[in-house]
Amino acid sequence: MKSLATAALAAVAFAGLSLPASAAGTVEVLHWWTSGGEAKAVGELKAMFEEQGGTWIDSPVAGGGGDAAMTALRARVVAGNPPTAVQLKGPGIQEWAEEGVLADLDEVASEEEWDALLPPVLAEIMKHDGEYVAAAVNIHRVDWLWANPELLAQVDAEVPTTWEEFNAVADKLKEAGVTPLAHGGQPWQDATIFEVVALGLGGADFYRKALVELDPDALSSDTMVQVFDQMRRLRGYVDDGFSGRDWNLATAMVMNGEAAFQIMGDWAKGEFLAAGKVPGEDFLCAPAPGNGYILNSDSFAFFDVEGEEKIEGQKVLASLIMSEEFQEIFNVAKGSIPARIGVPRDNFDDCAIKSMDDLAGATEANALVPSMAHEMAIPRSQRGEFLDLVTEHFNSDMSSQEAVDRLVEAIARAS
Amino acid sequence: MVRQRTLASALLRAGLFAILILFALYYLMPLFVMIATSLKSLEEIRSGSLLAMPRDVTFEPWAKAWTSACVGVQCDGLRPYILNSVVMVIPAVAISTALGALNGFALTKFRFRGSGTIFALLLLGCFIPFQVVLLPMARMLGLMGLAGTVPGLVLVHVVYGIAFTTLFFRNFFVGVSDSIVHAAKIDGAGFFGIFFRVMLPMSLPAIVVTVIWQFTQIWNDFLFGVAFTASVANPVTVALNNLVASSTGVKEYNVDMAAAIIAGLPTLLVYIFAGKYFIRGLSAGAVKG
Amino acid sequence: MTAESRARAAEAGRRSWWAWVDDRLPRIVVAPSFAASVVFVYGFIAWTIYISFTRSGILPRYEIDGLHQYERLWDTPRWYVALENLFVFGGLFIVGCLAIGVTLAILLDQRIRTEGLIRTIYLYPMALSFIVTGTVWKWILNPGLGIEQLVQGWGFTGFEFDWLVDRDMAIYTVVIAGVWQSSGFVMALFLAGLRSIDDEIFKAAAIDGASLPRIYATIVLPAIRPVFLSALVVLAHLAIKSFDLVIALTGGGPGVATDLPATFMYAMAFQRSELGLAAASAVIMLITIFAIIIPYLYSELRGGRP
Repeated sequence: MKSLATAALAAVAFAGLSLPASAAGTVEVLHWWTSGGEAKAVGELKAMFEEQGGTWIDSPVAGGGGDAAMTALRARVVAGNPPTAVQLKGPGIQEWAEEGVLADLDEVASEEEWDALLPPVLAEIMKHDGEYVAAAVNIHRVDWLWANPELLAQVDAEVPTTWEEFNAVADKLKEAGVTPLAHGGQPWQDATIFEVVALGLGGADFYRKALVELDPDALSSDTMVQVFDQMRRLRGYVDDGFSGRDWNLATAMVMNGEAAFQIMGDWAKGEFLAAGKVPGEDFLCAPAPGNGYILNSDSFAFFDVEGEEKIEGQKVLASLIMSEEFQEIFNVAKGSIPARIGVPRDNFDDCAIKSMDDLAGATEANALVPSMAHEMAIPRSQRGEFLDLVTEHFNSDMSSQEAVDRLVEAIARAS
Repeated sequence: MVRQRTLASALLRAGLFAILILFALYYLMPLFVMIATSLKSLEEIRSGSLLAMPRDVTFEPWAKAWTSACVGVQCDGLRPYILNSVVMVIPAVAISTALGALNGFALTKFRFRGSGTIFALLLLGCFIPFQVVLLPMARMLGLMGLAGTVPGLVLVHVVYGIAFTTLFFRNFFVGVSDSIVHAAKIDGAGFFGIFFRVMLPMSLPAIVVTVIWQFTQIWNDFLFGVAFTASVANPVTVALNNLVASSTGVKEYNVDMAAAIIAGLPTLLVYIFAGKYFIRGLSAGAVKG
Repeated sequence: MTAESRARAAEAGRRSWWAWVDDRLPRIVVAPSFAASVVFVYGFIAWTIYISFTRSGILPRYEIDGLHQYERLWDTPRWYVALENLFVFGGLFIVGCLAIGVTLAILLDQRIRTEGLIRTIYLYPMALSFIVTGTVWKWILNPGLGIEQLVQGWGFTGFEFDWLVDRDMAIYTVVIAGVWQSSGFVMALFLAGLRSIDDEIFKAAAIDGASLPRIYATIVLPAIRPVFLSALVVLAHLAIKSFDLVIALTGGGPGVATDLPATFMYAMAFQRSELGLAAASAVIMLITIFAIIIPYLYSELRGGRP
């Protein structure tokens, strides 16, 4: 009798142990990766999560680099039912963490030693008060120069490595009747060019002082005036229809030979690859003029939620995001490079490998800086002022000095 | 109408027609662009002009928009979201219309103290921009346990629809002679008695106007939909936005246009078929002021 | 008392109790809507006013900070652009819709055979959501893709229509799209109003020898003055709601040239994590709106309205 009872008890206990509802928990993920390569990439994450036995509830909200998603997020946090994981980046993570609504990932982070896997610049962004609250899925390089080799050959030019060289080549192109720079007149694109120029003309230290620390001296310096001068020059190199153009249409211009260059992050590569173009032959990828590396990174932040299922899901998802396997699959699909070290390089294309090498080099030389335009460096409030001003300058005939003066005012006002 | 059979009159009429046709073109052009684009293939869109007729008509964008276009990670097209919108719109329209009718009746046929003020206060609610109430409403819904649910969204639309529905019914009932109500009261009928047996049967025009207006506003709402529902419960406007506002990859203009037409079809059909009753309802005084 | 008279008294008591309730019913019926209005409209306005005095950032904070946000607001150049645009757009939109609506209504009132079809054509834009409208018009007005390209393709190579991307003219494109969407509805309102005017008036005036335009100007239009109230209410409501339209059509651009207080407020609250500043702008916006609407409503509802 006793042995039977024990056996029955053991059987029940065993059954109980091996029957969790979802082995890896449940997550509801709010994101705005709703098309093309991005949707595919996030689909991979979902597949991997579900393979582990988890349940993934998808909450996509498209539009404008996450604007509508952020609205939805705010409403949900205020209503008291935040999503389990949200696509958040940069100082935005800190802002939410300040409000005390993010969950603490340190258990997973210390176990897997994230500090050793991520570049210090990036690790800082993923932490709040020294503890991890977000997991980075990739690293995008912002300061790429994409070029059409045929058009360059036409004017007998090489890919420029300084801004003077760039201007010279651009002048030659203009004379030959070719649009030198393909650009989309949207605030974030204007700001992208702006920060690339700032890094190229002023170097990493200037960039940090001006665009990250917002030091008024750096912002009102002569170097900054020069940056605006170059922006004015670039304005002369874009075609008439640039206003409001989407970035991928500008990339198409380079692809189709309507323009020679585009200054854009590495997601432009995805466009080329999707159209079947081969790097090195049909298009060229080179670091934009300057010595440095502007970093942009997508990540998922985890909110403080209740329920075993969800908390378990968060831990599994965080660990999954930082795993080699995921980082490889995701980044090959999305066109960026892994956020962590130690991922095999075989499946990445030449431009990506160049990016990885440059990343290592920049980290060592302390020339790795977070992107201002892509919300990695400063809070949205100040970033917004930058964007407003840079766009206005680009679209009007404001003088560089006036731009600098207004910039200093604007930043003071936003702080 | 006074008829004058002179040359001047005939020219005037011709001129009249010309102006009407001109405006008709102004109104029709975007619809033409939408339909034409939704029937073209992507290459034709890239190479051709916006206002050209499709060379090779294809319905593939429509099929894609309905069943297989990707909204985020799910690729089920717009079909599931149409149902969400329907489930949300019908109660919202019904309740807000009913309340509007009751309010309109109470405020016009019963001179109680403060009825004018109450009406004015309700009316001002028409003017509040929705972004302003987004966050406090989110808080409220959270407190009520309705966050992220369809009933929560229905509540929001009812609350903000009352101002308009009351306005429409109030204006209509103002034009209804008091003596009818008076006679019914003498006969011994109470508030609800008069309402259901006298007022309601004659308010069909007002009901039509109100229902059409509310249906359009609520069906087409985006802001409340995106803020107060999560993924699977999204109304079709949110799904449409996810489809067309994606920022990377090839923009499939034809699928986008097909999706936009699908999302707008219910309201379009309402206006096309019920437009006549809409005007009739308006002339019966629903918005005479 | 006899059983009968007691029964009758009880009956009378019941009836008078019910009569008492029935007397109060109008108030009871309106009460829920009124309560909802108090909470969800005025309560939230009060909340917004409160928040405008705090340093709320990404989420609301409740420590009062004084007029800091208002100072910042009036220091922001973009806010002035938004205010100016509100008046330009709002004014042109309302006037444009009224003018076109009245004109079309008068024209359609002339008993045309194809009235049903034409009326439907004028009315259908109202059925579309602002997102759809903005997207389609963005294409049509795009210099490289739309009208400019089309007309140039017809041979008028000097033709330019790049208002959409011109900082000074962009707001007028919003007017074009907005008027397109809403003027048909205004036309419907006025048509209904015109139809409800007795034919006798026209006949009498014609017998007196008045011409058609004179009849309209001096008799008809004044008779449908009440319709102007409803039209104005609807149009003002739509002008404020045109937030969706601006976002879809120009995104607030080029730069911030087509910003409106509503888009400014939205950007500050949901993109910039500046809830306090957004609340301040919302308060100013509401003051402006109410300052215009309330006097108008007062005069219309008091003068001759029961």
